Amino acid sequence: MPGFGFSLGFTLFYLSAIVLVPLAALIIRPWELGWSGFWAEITQPRVLAALKLSFGASAIAAAVNSIFGLVVVWVLVRYRFPGKRIVDALVDLPFALPTAVAGIALSALYAPNGWLGAPLEQAGVKVAYTPYGVMVALIFIGLPFVVRTLQPVLSDLSRDAEEAAATLGATRMQTFRRVILPSLAPTLLTGTAMAFARAVGEYGSVIFIAGNLPMVSEITPLLIIIKLQEYDYAGAAAIGVVMLGVSFFFLFALNGLQAWIGSRR
Amino acid sequence: MRKTLILAAALLSTGAANAGNVTLLNVSYDPTRELYKDINGAFASDWKQKTGDTVTINMSHGGSGAQARAVIDGLDADVATLALAYDIDSIASKAKLLAPDWQKRLPQGSTPYTSTIVFLVRKGNPWKIKDWPDLIKPGVHVVTPNPKTSGGARWSYLAAWAYAEKAPGGNAAKAKAFVAELYKHVPVLDTGARGATTTFAQRGIGDVLLSWENEAHLALKEAGGDKFQIVYPSNSILAEPPVAVVDKNVDRHGTRKVAEAYLQFLYTKPAQEIEAKDFYRPRDASVLAAHSADFPKIALYTIDDVFGGWTKAQQVHFSDGGMFDQIYKPGQ
Repeated sequence: MPGFGFSLGFTLFYLSAIVLVPLAALIIRPWELGWSGFWAEITQPRVLAALKLSFGASAIAAAVNSIFGLVVVWVLVRYRFPGKRIVDALVDLPFALPTAVAGIALSALYAPNGWLGAPLEQAGVKVAYTPYGVMVALIFIGLPFVVRTLQPVLSDLSRDAEEAAATLGATRMQTFRRVILPSLAPTLLTGTAMAFARAVGEYGSVIFIAGNLPMVSEITPLLIIIKLQEYDYAGAAAIGVVMLGVSFFFLFALNGLQAWIGSRR
Repeated sequence: MRKTLILAAALLSTGAANAGNVTLLNVSYDPTRELYKDINGAFASDWKQKTGDTVTINMSHGGSGAQARAVIDGLDADVATLALAYDIDSIASKAKLLAPDWQKRLPQGSTPYTSTIVFLVRKGNPWKIKDWPDLIKPGVHVVTPNPKTSGGARWSYLAAWAYAEKAPGGNAAKAKAFVAELYKHVPVLDTGARGATTTFAQRGIGDVLLSWENEAHLALKEAGGDKFQIVYPSNSILAEPPVAVVDKNVDRHGTRKVAEAYLQFLYTKPAQEIEAKDFYRPRDASVLAAHSADFPKIALYTIDDVFGGWTKAQQVHFSDGGMFDQIYKPGQ
């Protein structure tokens, strides 16, 4: 291919400048503490609780989005109905909204005196200011990632295969499981991974609805902000490095899974 | 882009040098928005009258600690007006932008106005909250921000501690137990004072809000006066939000004279009048007397009396692994 040397060189330079250099600056920082200091920092019960909440809630939110995102995409691609364009545009709103605005809107809605919070409270369910609130916010911001990655792929998926399956006597369920899902799975994984990655780092929308109690509803990004407030840059960077490492591991594993599924087909 | 920046910088610096047109940046904390909007207008017309120069004061507001960090990291503040002395101490010690003895340069420890911590409760005071011990009655929920991220919350925490330590038969161990119990009654730890006020007033969370006195009055005014009421505990803490000229920045900008005049203006009668109107306790005795209806007399401990100053209080209570962190250690 002509231009390979130049474009590869440019790509490497660009990735280094935009991604690698800032990350390197982050990774260098916590070693001021030494190994034992780094380890002590990240194994504090409070840090572990925050990491568990951040990654746990993000994983649940991503899983919820992958299921319901698929349903939304299905409806948007396969059916025609009045107001479809408006619904289509609505999906993007969580992208466009400043996260703080989203957080305030969600907490107003789910607070014990809010439209949804009041009936839920009657039923004995508390959402705002609990870990459930964190999940609600993360589901909100993650939805567009799943929908927008799946949409073009489903649009391109021809119906011939489904019709062929039907004529060969497959039930609807079999068609879905054996024909449609395998072709969508790699993209669905990509969308889910993106929603997950975004959720792990989300700060603005979550702090308004989380309650922020240490050991209970304190997310990792907030803990980092608190460390910075104490001028503990190295401690903040230590937690940041752990988040980075875990996120990278998950994304790498998802990529591998995706490649494996792709090769099986 | 670069050129316009250089041009803008050049324009700004010549503006400062000629002193016909001066710009100051006041880096302040969250609840002072209303106060400094009023003060800045009054100072600008006063300065124009005295010198003929036009002064424009730009404001930056945020959590006190975050603002201090921004100044340390290079935010070009001419004056810092923060929630507590420790934050300006940090600017002095970590970035060396001003002398360590900055607090001696203006009267009353460089605090032209004071405030205190009061309780805001819902109308009719259904839980009959009168004083600090009522906050830990079973079932009472208390809203206060996280002292790690909010200056006002640090004053609230210290006020509760001072109450328990100075109560008859009180000591440090009892104070620690009281404060730990108090934070068990806190369902939401917001990151700032405004956030906590919103949680309490708009979201209906909690039975009592620990709040700056000025913030409580503001919430009362905004809600129309029939939703909340202010309760003054038997004692509280004298919150002293200090002000300081950031030496290195004003010398670089050539704005020292006007910056110093600006802070001295805060002590003048017209300014004290504005501060009282915005519910900060003025230092001027006659202005305070004129507004005594807004500022009931209660016993106020100072941070120096009970905690030996901010540096020590910060170290013992709010540093990593300090008293506040111990409250949230599992199994306590």
